[in-house]
Amino acid sequence: MVWFSGMWLGIGLLMIVTLLGVIVKNGLSIFWPSRVMEVELVEGSPAAIQGAKVLAGEVRKIQEKSVQAEKGGTAREKQLFVGNRDAFGFGFRYVDESDIAKISYPEGIVLAERVEYGDLIGYPVSLKLATGEVKADSADFTALLEQTVGAGNARRGEIESIEKDQIGKINHRMGVLRLSQRKAELDGKITEDYRTEIAAELAELQRRYEILAGKAAALRAEQKAGLFVYRLPTGIEREIPAGDLMQYYYPNQIGFFGRVGHFFSEIWHFFSREPREANTEGGVFPAIFGTFVMTLLMSVAVVPFGVIAAIYLREYSKQGPLVRAVRIAVNNLAGVPSIVFGVFGLGFFVYFVGGSIDSLFFPERLPTPTYGTGGILWAALTLALMTVPVVIVSTEEAIAAVSRGAREASLAAGASKWQTIQRIVLPASVPGIITGLVLAMARGAGEVAPLMLVGVVKLAPTLPLDTVAPFIHLERKFMHLGFHIYDLGFQSPDSEAAKPMVFATTLLLIALVVVLNASAILLREKLRRRYASSAF
Amino acid sequence: MEDIHPAPNLDPMSQPSHSVTSAAETGASAAPIRKKDYIQVRDFSFNYTPAVRVLHGITMDVPENEVTAFIGPSGCGKTTLLRNFNRMNDLIDGISHEGTITVNGQDIFDPNLEVISLRKRIGMVFQKSNPFPKSIYENVVYSLRVAGQRNKEVLDEVVERSLKGAALWEEVKDRLQQSALGLSGGQMQRLCIARAIANQPHILLMDEPCSALDPIATAKVEELIMELKKQFTVVIVTHNMQQAARISDRTAYFYLGRLIEMDQTLKIFNNPQKKETEDYISGRLG
Repeated sequence: MVWFSGMWLGIGLLMIVTLLGVIVKNGLSIFWPSRVMEVELVEGSPAAIQGAKVLAGEVRKIQEKSVQAEKGGTAREKQLFVGNRDAFGFGFRYVDESDIAKISYPEGIVLAERVEYGDLIGYPVSLKLATGEVKADSADFTALLEQTVGAGNARRGEIESIEKDQIGKINHRMGVLRLSQRKAELDGKITEDYRTEIAAELAELQRRYEILAGKAAALRAEQKAGLFVYRLPTGIEREIPAGDLMQYYYPNQIGFFGRVGHFFSEIWHFFSREPREANTEGGVFPAIFGTFVMTLLMSVAVVPFGVIAAIYLREYSKQGPLVRAVRIAVNNLAGVPSIVFGVFGLGFFVYFVGGSIDSLFFPERLPTPTYGTGGILWAALTLALMTVPVVIVSTEEAIAAVSRGAREASLAAGASKWQTIQRIVLPASVPGIITGLVLAMARGAGEVAPLMLVGVVKLAPTLPLDTVAPFIHLERKFMHLGFHIYDLGFQSPDSEAAKPMVFATTLLLIALVVVLNASAILLREKLRRRYASSAF
Repeated sequence: MEDIHPAPNLDPMSQPSHSVTSAAETGASAAPIRKKDYIQVRDFSFNYTPAVRVLHGITMDVPENEVTAFIGPSGCGKTTLLRNFNRMNDLIDGISHEGTITVNGQDIFDPNLEVISLRKRIGMVFQKSNPFPKSIYENVVYSLRVAGQRNKEVLDEVVERSLKGAALWEEVKDRLQQSALGLSGGQMQRLCIARAIANQPHILLMDEPCSALDPIATAKVEELIMELKKQFTVVIVTHNMQQAARISDRTAYFYLGRLIEMDQTLKIFNNPQKKETEDYISGRLG
């Protein structure tokens, strides 16, 4: 029996380790810059692109495929990431190994990340700048390209700062002004003076907006001014605005350390940047941030709720059939499908509570809902409701485990029941409470289904925390890693291109849950040492 | 806030009383009046559940500033009686009682009496030492903290006085802020005594305080009890008859929930009136 049960445990562990291994390997390999292979095809190969016999790309996969019997059972094929989606209309190509006439790794090939259409793979030809055209074989081409791309990135940052921060602030202010006018109208306190005052300020804001918009337009035009000319592996020359290049490297030139450096910088970009192109490119920072903030909000909501309920159940209520029924109900609550909580959250929090808040406090914004639509607060509360049984159960157990001796000593010293709970029972239960919180976070951070109803979106324009007062925007919609995985993997227009991102995001979500749990466990160990007598 | 020094006696019992009043069937022995009775138990019966009666008609008086020892075989009800004195049995559901217990003339089951104020006047030391997972300092001042005392000077003074009173001061004075859980078993029990006397109670209840201690620690605690009776009325439950003989002034022998005999310790041990007492003391029972 020992061997039998041990075997099943072993199988379970093996499955978990394998799954993690697959996720880690696939998730990390996307960041590793592999070499670009140039393939010359035999005559008449179906893999030829636009009639050209040559194609180049990163080898993503080599697999067996079954072919018709006359050809002899199975054959091997390579999946090449050929990039240049704008030119080819696709990003991947399968090539039969039997169709390959020649393989080479040309030094001069460049792989560039662009703001649109994914990566570019090709040979640089020239840079057409205002100062004239510089050919790729001239001595100062490398330095010039680097300088141009650097300048383009700086300009892009500037445009973003103007459009998002400065114009964003003006829009926000305009919105506030219009709302305060509407509020005054609704309250019947509108005066002609006030109206002109607001109109004057709006005009001033509009003037400032136009200046900024003009500046942004000028910068955009500058981004399009220089052209980067390149030749596709298939032989066609194309050009794109140099300002669209984000970064580039020569995959067949850089050495091992260059690759490692690129690997880490790619990982950093993935963490820190915002998604682009329907989330298939760029980073996932808003999703990490949204998941993190929502989990924290959920913890803040779930702990007091669960702990107070557990104290009542364990310390104050009279143990009887009613309390037993409540306890069974609480335990069963943990088994309710999460989508049901989502529906409840939508009906109760969003429509009922949020709708009431809107009609009471934000009548001037109606019919546009403020709190009466999905938001990070409602999502956090819905998940808190879903995970509260876990906290109640583990807190109850921790409270029950506080030794009778300590309670009696406290009561004998003249402490009231509440003082005993506050000073003796709760501090000793903290490790158990944190255990409950760890379980709650582990479930809450990975939950997607209810969030889809109460506030998660594919792409959130703003973060729930920013520098505009009141800094925490609990009513805002947010992005979530779990939803991001669903969206990338199953809603994306190019699922093949999004696949590595799915793995990377999955890895990140697992890592985030591990980090949150590990920090809670560390905290618990620290407290457990302090309250060494406690059983939890 | 609650006065940390003993309040003047609320209603001093001035009635003339014999120091020992045993249940009728045990027959009273007339001892000279020396001290007034502090705890008076009259026809006290106690049930854990309606069907389980553990104390049967106990009548006894515990005199002031003496050490009264409760002895008897396990399960004879001595701890239950002790825990009734500060109503620690309230924690248990389904209990009921008959008869009265008065402490300093006040009925402790009076519904108008606040249990907390009763417990403030009665310190208790438990069989298993149970320091809180806090610093030594915080353990000692716990009863003052819950009473709302915040004055640092008062607290410091109480810590020093109580730890000196519990003969622990010299050993821990340099590490008052360290966890009490780092102390040895004997030190922990003396810390619990210090905690029990910090609020200057009138009565100190001790439930087998030495059962988990080695002989050296036991000797220290016993010495301490002898010292404490100058200030407090001490009631001690013990399984160790030598201990009862060494430290107590008066001994009560319980058997199966009844008080068999109560008298001055010397008399109980040298010349017991009842055969059961003699059997127990000489080791034929229990």
